[in-house]
Amino acid sequence: MSLDEYRKREFKQVGTRVRRPDGVDKVTGRAMYGADATAPGMLWGRILRSPHAHARIRSIDVSAALALKGVKAVVTAEDFGVPEDDFTRDVQDNCMARGRALYDGHAVAAVAAVDQATARAALKLIKVDYEILPHVTDVDAAMQPGAPVVQEGRVQENVPKGFSDNVTAHFEFGHGDLDAGFAKADKIVERSFKTAATHQGYIEPHACLASVTSDGKADLWCCTQGHFYVRTLCAGILGMEASQLRVTASEIGGGFGGKTTVFIEPVALMLSKKAGRPVKLVMSRDEVFRATGPTVSSSSDIKIGMTKDGRITAAEATLRYQGGAFPCGTTEFGTQAAFAAYDLDAVRTYGWSVMTNRPKEAAYRAPGAPVAIYAVESVVDELCQHFGLDPLDVRLKNAARKGTKSSYGPTFPDIGLVATLEAARAHPHYKAPLGPNQGRGLSCGFWFNFGGNTCVSLNVNTDGTVGITEGNPDIGGSRASISLMAAEELGIPYDNIRTIVADTSSLGYNDVTDGSRVTFAVGLATIKAARDAVRKMCARAAKIWGIDEEAVQWKDGAAVPAGPNAGKFPPMTLAEIAAVSAETGGPIAGHYEVNADGAGVSFGVHLCDVEVDRETGATKVLRYTVFQDAGKAVHPDYVEGQMQGGAVQGIGWALNEEYIYGEDGRLQNPTFLDYRVPVASDLPMIETVILEIPNPGHPYGVRGVGETGIVPPLAALSNAVSHAIGLRMSELPMSPPRILKALGGS
Amino acid sequence: MRYLAATTAAEAAAALAAETGLTRVLAGGTDVLVQLRSGLVEPELVVDIKKIPGMREITAEAGGFRIGAAVSGAEIGEHEALCALWPGVTEGVQLIGSTQVQGRCTMTGNLCNASPAGDAVPSLVAANAVARIAGPQGERDCPVAEIPSGPGKTTLKKGEIISSIFLPARPGRASDAYLRFIPRTEMDIAVASAAVSLELDSGGTVKTARIALGAVAPTVIAVDAAAALLVGTRLDDGTLAKMAQACEAVCKPIDDKRGTVAFRTKTAGTLARRAALIAYARAGGSR
Repeated sequence: MSLDEYRKREFKQVGTRVRRPDGVDKVTGRAMYGADATAPGMLWGRILRSPHAHARIRSIDVSAALALKGVKAVVTAEDFGVPEDDFTRDVQDNCMARGRALYDGHAVAAVAAVDQATARAALKLIKVDYEILPHVTDVDAAMQPGAPVVQEGRVQENVPKGFSDNVTAHFEFGHGDLDAGFAKADKIVERSFKTAATHQGYIEPHACLASVTSDGKADLWCCTQGHFYVRTLCAGILGMEASQLRVTASEIGGGFGGKTTVFIEPVALMLSKKAGRPVKLVMSRDEVFRATGPTVSSSSDIKIGMTKDGRITAAEATLRYQGGAFPCGTTEFGTQAAFAAYDLDAVRTYGWSVMTNRPKEAAYRAPGAPVAIYAVESVVDELCQHFGLDPLDVRLKNAARKGTKSSYGPTFPDIGLVATLEAARAHPHYKAPLGPNQGRGLSCGFWFNFGGNTCVSLNVNTDGTVGITEGNPDIGGSRASISLMAAEELGIPYDNIRTIVADTSSLGYNDVTDGSRVTFAVGLATIKAARDAVRKMCARAAKIWGIDEEAVQWKDGAAVPAGPNAGKFPPMTLAEIAAVSAETGGPIAGHYEVNADGAGVSFGVHLCDVEVDRETGATKVLRYTVFQDAGKAVHPDYVEGQMQGGAVQGIGWALNEEYIYGEDGRLQNPTFLDYRVPVASDLPMIETVILEIPNPGHPYGVRGVGETGIVPPLAALSNAVSHAIGLRMSELPMSPPRILKALGGS
Repeated sequence: MRYLAATTAAEAAAALAAETGLTRVLAGGTDVLVQLRSGLVEPELVVDIKKIPGMREITAEAGGFRIGAAVSGAEIGEHEALCALWPGVTEGVQLIGSTQVQGRCTMTGNLCNASPAGDAVPSLVAANAVARIAGPQGERDCPVAEIPSGPGKTTLKKGEIISSIFLPARPGRASDAYLRFIPRTEMDIAVASAAVSLELDSGGTVKTARIALGAVAPTVIAVDAAAALLVGTRLDDGTLAKMAQACEAVCKPIDDKRGTVAFRTKTAGTLARRAALIAYARAGGSR
C-alpha cells in the first residue's frame, strides 16, 4: 500500500464550501441527463419483458411486429452471440434472456420504431411462447435441496455438498479459536435476522442513445457511473473494438452503485445496428424496479460472546445473500465487513451466495455491508442491554484501531473509529433526555473504499485558467472537489478552473465511479497532474530567466527562484507563464495515470432517536446524528450530503423499503408509491459531525466518504425501535404492520 | 383516442353515451393521466369537463355548499367558510397526492376513481353528502355513499357524470374529522382511514354521529352500528373502545403489499377512535 503520500499542510482552499459547478444547470433544467440526448433520424426503442418469474422461452414470433408500419428493427437473444467468459455472458443474458426468462421483468425482445406509440404497439404483436417453470424468490428456500434451480452449472468448487445448485459460492474469513473464546464469555447471544431486498432508488431511470454506423463505428450516450466500463461490456457483447465505440456519460440523477453495469445499452446498440439509425431507450420506473439491480436480501445467524465487563470474547456470523438470477457479487464484501469495527481474538464469518428468480443484484452503496453489520450491531446492542453496559463504552473497549488484525485479514493502519466513537460520546445528542415510547439506538459502520485505475489531464490555458479532463461521472460533487484540489496545488482561484468529464476516446481507462474512489483516486491523480504541470511551468520560468530548472520552485501560484543563489527574479505567476507559453515551448499540460492504492478504510457511528406509536406500529425518527471520518473533507457540503444521504437511504431500508414478491413470483410493488423511500417530511434534519483523521495514502489525507453512511442506520434504527417498544426486532423493514404484530396489537 | 372539451353537461353526457368504446372523464386528470401514461387504459374518448360552466365553482346553497366537479383540492383548501363548516371533508381532500397534485386533483374525481382508499370519500359519506348527476336523461341527485360499487367501479350509468357535490348545512355544535394511516407522512395512499361526523347538544353530549371507514372493504363503508354507540355519550374511554371494536367488526380488508388484514382492521378502529376525539373537540365538546 502507498501509505507515505500524506504530508501535513495548511490548506488555503481545500475545506472551503465553494459554489458547485453543476448547480445552475441542474436547478434551471438545463443539465443533460440520459434521456435528454437526441439525434437526427432517431428511433424509439422499447423492451418486452417476461411476466413470469421463471419460464422456458419455446419460441418468439416477431413477424407481426416487424410488419407493423414504422417498426424498423426487432432484437432478441438470437441477434447476439454467446460470450465465452461467464461474466460477460451473465451481463448479456441479463440484458436479453437467452432460452429462459429468469425473473419477472427479464427482457425477452426489443423493438425500434419511429415513435413511442408504434414501439408500444409493436411489443403487443410479439408472440412469446412460454413454458412456465417452478420458481423460488426466498433466500432460505432457494438453498434447500430440491428447490427450483435458477441456473445449472454455476456452483463453485468450494461449496460443500448438500445444498441446492442455487448456492454458487461460499466464503470464510476470520482467525482465532472460537470455542475457547465462547468458553470465556459470561453471556452468549445467538440470533437470526432477515432483511428485504432494497433498490438504489435513483430518481433518474436508465436511459441511452445509441448510434451505430454502417462502417462499424458507434457512439453511445448514456446515464452511467462508469462509461469506460460500459464500453468494455458493450464492446465485449457486440464484438467491437474499444476504439470504435465511444461512450459519453450524461449528467446522472443518482446511481448509488446501481449504474455500475449495463441493462439497456447493448440492446440499444443492437437495435441501432439492425435499424441503421440512432435508437433511444428510456426505462420506465416499473422497468427500473423489475429489471435493474436492487441489492441483496439476506438471512443471517449471529453468535457473539461477551464478558460482563463488556469485552467480546468470540464472534461468529453466517450470512446468506440472495443476489437474483445470477451469481452474486456482493456476498464476499459483506462477509469481510461484518466484524470490521472490532478488535477480536476469535472471529469467523461465513458467506453464502444464492441464486433466486429475482433481478440480478447490482452494487448498492457499501454492497453487502449494511445487512451484515445490521445483524452484528443488533446482537452487540442486546449484549450491552443484558449487562446494563453503555453501548458506546463497549464499542470503545472492543474498537479496531491502528495495528488491529482485522476480521477479514489485513492489519489496520491509522483509522478513525475510536475518534468517531469518542465524538459521539461527547455529543449532546448522546445524553439528551427521551420521552415515553421513545428509544435511542446506535451502530458502527465500515467500508473498505477503493482506489483503482485513474487517468487525468490538466491543461493550462493561455489566459491563466485551467481545464481538467477526468473520466468519472460526477455523482457526488467530484468536479468541485477535483477543481478545489487543483486550485490548492496550483495556487490559483477555484473559479479559474473547470473540470469536465470526458468521453472514452479522450483519456485512458478510468474505473467506475464506485468504492467511494473518486475524490480519493481522481483527486490524487489531479494533484499529481497539477504537480506535473507545475514542474513544466517552473522549467518555462527557468528558461526565461536563464537558470537551471532545479533553481525554480512553485509558491503561491507562481514560479520563484529557489533561493538567493538562484538569482533575483520577480515571481512569474501561472497566468504570466501561460501567456507566453507559445514562445517558451508551446502549450502546458500536466498528466497523471495510476492504479491507485491506499484508499483508506472509513468508519462511522450513527445515533438515532425514534418514537413508536404503539397503536399503529408507526416509527417517527426524532433525531439523527452521523459521525464519520472523512480523512480530509475537501468540500464539506458534499461530505455532509453524502453522510446525510447515506443515513436517509439506510432509514428507508430499516423502516419501509422492500421488494415484495407474490406467490406467483412477480414483484408486487414496482412503483415509488408502494416501494416507500422516505420523503423529506418523514425525516428530521440529519445532523453531521465530520472527523478528519488523515489517510496516509493520499497527499491531502482524503478518504472516500460515499458509502460508509448507509451502513449504520439499519442497526441504529433497529436498536432504537427495540428500546422504544421493549422488544428485540430482528427483521427489516420494521414496517408498521410488522411492529404492530410484534407488539401483539394485531 | 379522441378528446372533447365539452361546454355543457348535456354535451358531455351525450358524447359519453354515444361512444361504444372505452371512455374517460377528465377533470384534474391526476388519476386519468397516470392510467394513460402507464398504459393501463387506452380510451377511445376522453371528455374534458373543466370548461362546463359551474364545474369550477364553490357556491353557498341552503346553508351548505355546492362544490363543482372540477374544483381543485387547493381551491377547496383555500375556501375558509367551507373548511370551517366541514373540516373533516376538506382535510381529507387536501391529503390527496402532493402539493403539486393538489393544484389539479378534484374531490369528485377522487369519488369517481372509486378506490376504497380515496381520501375524499369517507368524510363525504360521513357528511351525508349528495352528488348531483348529469346524464342523458337529465339531472338526478344521489347520496355519495351510493356512488362507489367496488374497486374502480361506480353505480353511474353510461353517459352519466357527476357535476357537483352538495355538503348540507349543519348546526353550531357539529364538526367532523378525517384520519388516514400511511407508512410515511405524505405522497401515499391510505392503508386504512376513518371519518367521523358529530352533532352535539348544548351540554356536549353526542346527538347524532356518522362514521365511515376507508381501505377496509371493497368500498368506503358507513358503520352505523359503531356510530350509534356514540350517541348519548361524551365519548368516554369505554364508549370509544366499544366503538373501535364495532368498527373492527365490519372490516373486510384485503391482505396486500400495503398492509395485512389484521393491521388494517386494528388500525381502522384506532383511527376511528382518534378521529372521533378530534371531531368532538372541534364541535366544542369537552370530555
